[in-house]
Amino acid sequence: MIAVIDYRAGNIASVKKALDYLRADAVVTRDPNIVAQADKIILPGVGHFSATAVLERDGVRGAILHRIENGGVPFLGVCVGMQWMFESSAEAPGTPGLGLLPGECGPFAETVKSPHVGWNSLICRDSSRLLRGIPSGSFVYFTHSYSAPIVNATAASCEYGGEFSAAVEQDNLFGVQFHPEKSGELGLRLLANFCNLPC
Amino acid sequence: MLTKRIIACLDVNAGRVVKGVQFEELRDAGDPAELAAAHSGAGADEVVLLDISATRENRATLADTVSRTAQQLFVPFTVGGGIRSLEDAIVVFEAGADKISINSAALADPLLITRIAERYGSQAVIVAIDAKRINGEARFEAYVSGGRNRTGLDAVTWAKQAEDRGAGEILLTSMDRDGTGAGFDCELTRTCSEALHIPVIASGGGGNTQSFVDVFQNGKADAALAASIFHFGLHCLGNLKQELQRAGIPVRWPC
Repeated sequence: MIAVIDYRAGNIASVKKALDYLRADAVVTRDPNIVAQADKIILPGVGHFSATAVLERDGVRGAILHRIENGGVPFLGVCVGMQWMFESSAEAPGTPGLGLLPGECGPFAETVKSPHVGWNSLICRDSSRLLRGIPSGSFVYFTHSYSAPIVNATAASCEYGGEFSAAVEQDNLFGVQFHPEKSGELGLRLLANFCNLPC
Repeated sequence: MLTKRIIACLDVNAGRVVKGVQFEELRDAGDPAELAAAHSGAGADEVVLLDISATRENRATLADTVSRTAQQLFVPFTVGGGIRSLEDAIVVFEAGADKISINSAALADPLLITRIAERYGSQAVIVAIDAKRINGEARFEAYVSGGRNRTGLDAVTWAKQAEDRGAGEILLTSMDRDGTGAGFDCELTRTCSEALHIPVIASGGGGNTQSFVDVFQNGKADAALAASIFHFGLHCLGNLKQELQRAGIPVRWPC
């Protein structure tokens, strides 16, 4: 069972809809007990970095960390969910991220419009399990005002007023800044890749 | 590279897609869910569904139409028309919209933009502006109520205010060009795009490929919206994107 974490912000429903389309066994939840039993965890999200604070309050943050740390079950953060994998974000200085990856998310350069909205191309590094069948140059849909730095775990980057992490991958931890549930066939392939990972 | 978006717009009345010319003379163009899926398959980067129902009875079908359309649509999906309150917006989001578009209600109560943005994020709020030239000059007035009523407000000034209130994008329709196929109003689009920090979607007047090239190159549009040219020949969409690519406009092609 895939636990899709509901933190009462953004459009959780569209991620669930895409998983249903792929016939994945997914449950939308913010119950720490269900998270503790999940085979995989997806943290979707559009909206503000501070919206993740609700996860702390509900005890979900601890449940997620316990389930995914030390080579635990596969985890996929989407959009703000990926940014939350980093230490912090300039969007909400008082709200800590999960700290699974080093660095802080920041705003775009002044030279480009913000938010970054639309279909942009991926620059993929080799041997990503999440991006299997998704070549460099593929277009995916982004909508965000903050972005994550390039780190060792960066599996794909994107260029918009500078280069930022479009996808990250490290052991059982995965994240995408773009919206696979809104990126047509390629996005569905990425979600299927995640669903098909061994637990 | 960030591509220029081609957005398919479906005007819906009582659960059916229709197409009007300069806000009048409606023709039936098909089922929203089927047409949305067809447009996505043909290469549309997004789909917008605008409910133009004049009556409350016709509008009651909207949530059902949105839900059916969203079910198998995996590109961004915007719904507009008749959204007057946060509660109206919630109904549409819960039915499966990714973004909502508001027009008259935002002008009547600009804080509505902020309230929806606080709950769903700015990226989910598009403010639609119907603009008309004043005496044929490079000055533009915002109109409301489906283009029936003047506001006395400068369209670009209003767009800037909407951005400050939390809008994530502006959908800018030229009333002078809408439905004519005579080309987008590049002057209107460029004036607005250069004044704002958020993306501007050009609308009204899209016809041949050159009109799209012009609005991206000269109009500085981030996206362009069109309806009737797609309804009666979906092959147009792929051809349009290939021709844009040949003209040096970055587009998502192949999809």
